[in-house]
Amino acid sequence: MMQPSDIPSLPRGVRLHHDRVRGSWVLLAPERAVMLDATAHAILSRVDGQRSFGEITAELAEAYDAPPEAIAGDAAGFLGALRDRRFLELA
Amino acid sequence: MTVARPPIAMLAELTHRCPLSCPYCSNPVDMALKDSELSTDAWKDVFVQAADIGVLQLHLSGGEPATRRDLEELVAAAREAGLYTNLITSGIGLTERRLEALDRAGLDHIQLSLQGTTPEMADEIGGYRGGYDRKMQVAAWIGKIGFPLTLNAVLHRRNLHQLPRALEMAVEMGARRIEVATVQFHGWALQNRDALMPTREQAEEATRIVTEARTRLKGTLVIDYVPADYHSDYPKRCMGGWGSTGLNVAPDGQVLPCHAAQSIPHLRFDTVGDRPLAEIWQHSDAFNAYRGTDWMPEPCASCERKTVDFGGCRCQAMALAGDPSATDPVCVKSPHHVDLQARAAAHAAAEAPLVYRGQPGRTVVEPVGE
Repeated sequence: MMQPSDIPSLPRGVRLHHDRVRGSWVLLAPERAVMLDATAHAILSRVDGQRSFGEITAELAEAYDAPPEAIAGDAAGFLGALRDRRFLELA
Repeated sequence: MTVARPPIAMLAELTHRCPLSCPYCSNPVDMALKDSELSTDAWKDVFVQAADIGVLQLHLSGGEPATRRDLEELVAAAREAGLYTNLITSGIGLTERRLEALDRAGLDHIQLSLQGTTPEMADEIGGYRGGYDRKMQVAAWIGKIGFPLTLNAVLHRRNLHQLPRALEMAVEMGARRIEVATVQFHGWALQNRDALMPTREQAEEATRIVTEARTRLKGTLVIDYVPADYHSDYPKRCMGGWGSTGLNVAPDGQVLPCHAAQSIPHLRFDTVGDRPLAEIWQHSDAFNAYRGTDWMPEPCASCERKTVDFGGCRCQAMALAGDPSATDPVCVKSPHHVDLQARAAAHAAAEAPLVYRGQPGRTVVEPVGE
């Protein structure tokens, strides 16, 4: 489970890309292209290897005027799935 | 006619030349000659066109792509076009200096093939003495530079017992991912079924090992698995559906729906340079031949799995049933299924020397005995 103090980052070979043909954001990784919805992009665009998971969810809660616990639950599920696929690292 | 959605991936077979001669090579038996290969500029133009029609992932393959001296320049051009660049290589032909140049060019990811986990096995299967040691040196350079790495282990009757060690090696090399691919019988592999067909017991053991390892190595190593499909009951979802997600450009610029499509005699392929890639993707007869589900005969047409596996592999239907629009004989619903299972068992029980992949126009057979 993700802790508020964890600092997520995208490892080398995993990057955000704006897909101009489909008009959406996509996470490019080895052998995979993960299409991102607005929520997923909002989370990943804040993953910079500097901000902690707690900081990211606090920012999102404020930006989307949503309860921090709900945001943290959703974000942890999404980032945890990326981590299992080795598309995300935690420090 | 429905409009095809944009493709996600393109396999660029830069050359059919290769220092190895693996007996299961997926290149066509009739290979493109060096003189017919697309030029550097022609490939660069293909990359720009591919990005323009929606391709996100570019797989640079061959043959051995490092055989092309312009590989570094091609990677830089692909990145410039906005593509994610994956190099599929045996490692032979790569030096530390070339890898550093590929790093500067922006190469995103490397997929390194593994013919065996010992020098004896790997060099026998690859038909190249010293290849294993060279590959281990390349793997060390890849790790030193920090490229994300996928190990691609191709398994068959002769080396399936090495699967546990292959998984260990992937972890030791720092690979994030391993492809455990049981040989698919296309191209050169079709001639090697008596030598390479795994037994049903081997295929089941491989599935068991992969299932256990996926749990044990969760978060450390991602395992993609291609099972032995002659021993399966449902066919593979070949290419994610014909003409739906990917395309393949052969060394001479022919645009194919899959790397084995040239084994289907009635198909005619367009060539880059003669026609824009966007038009080829949408309108080429070869892409439309088996796109979607309208082409399907029974039992596929009324099958609830028809959009799960799209009737399986067209090239396999051609090779095994003599009809590229037939249900893949791997499927339990195919009238050829029972016969295929018997043939698979017979291939698995047979003994035969390896027929090595040749260079264009040349075939080499393994010496029998010592």
